[in-house]
Amino acid sequence: MIEHIDSALVNWSRAQFALTALYHWLFVPLTLGITFIIAFMETLYVKTGDPEWKKATKFWMTLFGINFAIGVATGIILEFEFGTNWSNYSWFVGDIFGAPLAIEGIMAFFMESTFIAIMFFGWNKVSKKFHLISTWLVAIGANLSALWILVANGWMQSPVGMHFNPDTARNEMLNFWEVLFSPVAINKFLHTITSAYVLASIFVIGVSAWFLLKGREQLLAKRSMIIAAIFGLISSLFLVYTGDGSAYQVAQKQPMKLAAMEGLYEGSEGAGLILLGMPTPGKEINDGKDNFVFKFEIPKLLSFLGYRNADAFVPGVKDIVEGGFEYEDKNGELQIALSALEKIEKGKLAISALSDYKKAQKLEDVVKQEESLNIFRENFKYFGYGFLNDPKSIIPNVPITFYSFHIMVALGFYFILLFALVLFFIFKGKLIDKKWLLRLAVITIPLAYIASLSGWVVAEVGRQPWTIQDLLPTVASVSQIDASAVQITFWLFTLVFTALLIAELKIMFKQIKIGPKEGGH
Amino acid sequence: MFESLSHLVLQQYWWIIISLLGAILVFLLFVQGGQTLIYTLGKTDMERRLIVNSLGRKWEFTFTTLVTFGGAFFASFPLFYSTSFGGAYWVWMLILFAFIIQAVSYEFRSKPDNFLGAKTYETFLFINGLLGTILLGIAVATFFTGSEFSVNEMNFSKWEGAARGLELALNPHNISLGLAVFFLARVLAILYFMNNIDDENIFSRSKKQLIYNAIPFLVFFLVFVIWLMFIDGFAYDPVSKKVSYESFKYLHNFLQMPLVMIIFLLGVVFVLLGIGKSIFTICTKGIWVAGVGTILTVLALFLVAGFNNTAFYPSTYDLQSSLTIENASSSKYTLKAMSYVSLMVPFVIAYIWYAWKLINNKKIDAEEMNEDIHIY
Ligand code: HDD
Ligand code: HEM
Ligand code: HEM
Repeated sequence: MIEHIDSALVNWSRAQFALTALYHWLFVPLTLGITFIIAFMETLYVKTGDPEWKKATKFWMTLFGINFAIGVATGIILEFEFGTNWSNYSWFVGDIFGAPLAIEGIMAFFMESTFIAIMFFGWNKVSKKFHLISTWLVAIGANLSALWILVANGWMQSPVGMHFNPDTARNEMLNFWEVLFSPVAINKFLHTITSAYVLASIFVIGVSAWFLLKGREQLLAKRSMIIAAIFGLISSLFLVYTGDGSAYQVAQKQPMKLAAMEGLYEGSEGAGLILLGMPTPGKEINDGKDNFVFKFEIPKLLSFLGYRNADAFVPGVKDIVEGGFEYEDKNGELQIALSALEKIEKGKLAISALSDYKKAQKLEDVVKQEESLNIFRENFKYFGYGFLNDPKSIIPNVPITFYSFHIMVALGFYFILLFALVLFFIFKGKLIDKKWLLRLAVITIPLAYIASLSGWVVAEVGRQPWTIQDLLPTVASVSQIDASAVQITFWLFTLVFTALLIAELKIMFKQIKIGPKEGGH
Repeated sequence: MFESLSHLVLQQYWWIIISLLGAILVFLLFVQGGQTLIYTLGKTDMERRLIVNSLGRKWEFTFTTLVTFGGAFFASFPLFYSTSFGGAYWVWMLILFAFIIQAVSYEFRSKPDNFLGAKTYETFLFINGLLGTILLGIAVATFFTGSEFSVNEMNFSKWEGAARGLELALNPHNISLGLAVFFLARVLAILYFMNNIDDENIFSRSKKQLIYNAIPFLVFFLVFVIWLMFIDGFAYDPVSKKVSYESFKYLHNFLQMPLVMIIFLLGVVFVLLGIGKSIFTICTKGIWVAGVGTILTVLALFLVAGFNNTAFYPSTYDLQSSLTIENASSSKYTLKAMSYVSLMVPFVIAYIWYAWKLINNKKIDAEEMNEDIHIY
């Protein structure tokens, strides 16, 4: 079915997708969060009529505009890359995956871009109220676009609401609502937007802190900080909650990812959660080495978080590859896990049955068709495994997943502390004296970006080798192009996006230095 | 309300939506056309500033329409998406790069400390205007000229042209449509400036440029259309689904679908009318007339490419691999679900229209460039 695939092609295609997605994600979270902060400020302006609020609104809006432009530039490529670089994937799941992308365009992007025009150019052309509504609609539109793309991504992590149609050789949607309300998708959406609010709050606090350190724009800075710190604190608490929800979903739907996140090679009952640790470099299953060079763990917490039962068995990487442990399936029945090798065999059965079915169809051999279909249906659950050969190829990169996860979580708790401290000193009226806190706020800006990018690395690296969990591995998703062509576009993207990023940062720093202008622009 | 429709009707419904989006996109390419005229029409800094700002308030619409066009095509005809994008890799990549560099240029061009310099961003805009229009035109022309690809029994497609799409840019018919789109975009841009910018000099230069661009547009467009009427097209048998060449296929399509022919002719007349009135009278509403004309014409061309048992994405390598609205579409369920979503489109168009009116109720002029609003 799939002819020999050059591994260089797969690797360059993955590298290109990772590069472009990470660049896109550098800009998206600020958009998602700061639009709400701007909307809060404009609401206060309309309520109080205080021009100082208008000045703040316009200042943050300028920074938003710069960020937005490059967010759009990096977004368009992602959408089309599914076709250009993952064309087999685009057919295999396009029936389900295309819909959210289309809805995103129709419902969210138009809303965002239309009302942005009013937000930026409409100050003197529409009423205050209508302008305010437009600003809110921009924020809502941006967050709606997040909803749809994350539904799409969530579906890839846990495919639901569909069936495989052997005649068209693809997955087809059976239930739109199941796709939309899949718990993985909902958790992903909530966790991601709250993480974006946290990032934007930290951005606003950091920039304001810089003004205070320079002794400039005191009123604007303090007001912005109050709004951002309250918004950030609430969001960050919700972020931990939704992060826990995400991890719970991962435990149920992608146990291998969970094992990688925790560096857990050999599973156990009552597994502990690693607080701090260093996985042994170069560790493989059954090589007799220790999992960790060192570690501090909280006993039983992983079992509890993953399965809501402190004594539950959490399978490790080795267990998932070798199978043989008991687990509860969807219907609550106990099952013995298959080994990766058995899954690969079943997957190969499914693939060859599908091709037998196609042949029988050509020969109009009804009996044979029925027979092959039955074999196919029995083994379809492991379809994707049939493209793999080595059982170990189902293991993602453990150290990357582990470190990204722990960096994200650690920073998440640190952010809560920061928001709380900022609020505490603002209300005590002592913020300006706390130079250390203001400096800390400034250097926390890059940390927010690191946390956010780490989150995606956990989600995406941790699910390797799957593009669609258990159904389609990366090797089978890729477009058949010369690796050299992808290599060229990879470097072109690196060049163009890096140049644009430098430009964006320079413009951003300059605009912050210039600061708000009386009456706005 | 879509429950009772057959799969075929839903496929046709979606082909109409795709055609409509494509048509609106071609109209909105006036932004791209305008970007190639910044220095032709603007001789002073203020004039160029007016032009850039006039376009800058519209570029997002074009961009978002392109994105939505892509998304809707993916959702409704995924086999086209996987075949064309993965196949004609270089053409699409070039188009995408041309749009990536556009997206930042308006916002960054006039900001201090912008790293690359205003000239570079203007060059980006120019490249976007040149490549974006010509290559999109070429891509659409392949609906009639075909490409070299095959689709296997698992519906995985493979491009057979070694140049990965660049070969398409060598076909003279593709080029003639590409250039027609390019000059059309410039014509529409000129009409838009005449309507949107309050500046004597830009207006009089526009009027002169209109003729220079309308003539090549007409030549390339006519060359393409006349050729189209005489070529063998890609027909498929509704029962056996076999694809074969049919002489005068596209001419037949027009004759067998008189409504489409009327739309096409009306469209052409409107475009000519919009141009003519703007050249010979002091009318400044040309953009609306020619704009509607463009939408009608392109809509008709798309319908001719996909309706009346025609393969809309033909393969010259293996006829039977050609894509039709029947074999390339999404499942019935997905088309149905998406049809409900499509009910939102009129609402979206309505609020866009309303927002445009609010922003456009006064022509853009030098005075406004000094107000405290967002200026590019
Ligand atoms: C400011 C950024 C940020 C912060 C502080 C956190 N996260 Fe997060 N996390 C994200 C930003 C993020 C993200 C970028 O939004 C991700 C990537 C994909 C996704 O769904 O959200 C993510 C993914 C992600 C996943 C993977 C979900 C999947 O693979 O589907 C888990 C399990 C967590 N997070 C858990 C947490 C926990 C327990 C946190 C505790 C404080 C936490 N995150 C803080
Ligand atoms: C915007 C933030 C995102 C980031 C930073 C990101 C990051 C990554 C990374 C690092 C990889 C490569 C994994 C590896 O090589 O091991 C990857 C692959 C991929 N991601 Fe994401 N991703 C993001 C969003 C998304 C979304 C929203 C989707 C789907 C809608 C998606 C779909 C894919 C696909 C199709 C691949 C290629 C196949 C694969 O390697 O699994 N990504 N992404
Ligand atoms: C691989 C998956 C993704 C694709 C295909 C994609 C596609 C796009 C496209 C085409 C645009 C430009 C739209 C326009 O014309 O305005 C865009 C912008 C945007 N995208 Fe993405 N996107 C992806 C991932 C994400 C994720 C994960 C989020 C949020 C959670 C997101 C949120 C946004 C937002 C808010 C914008 C507005 C522009 C900005 O960044 O400031 N996108 N995206």
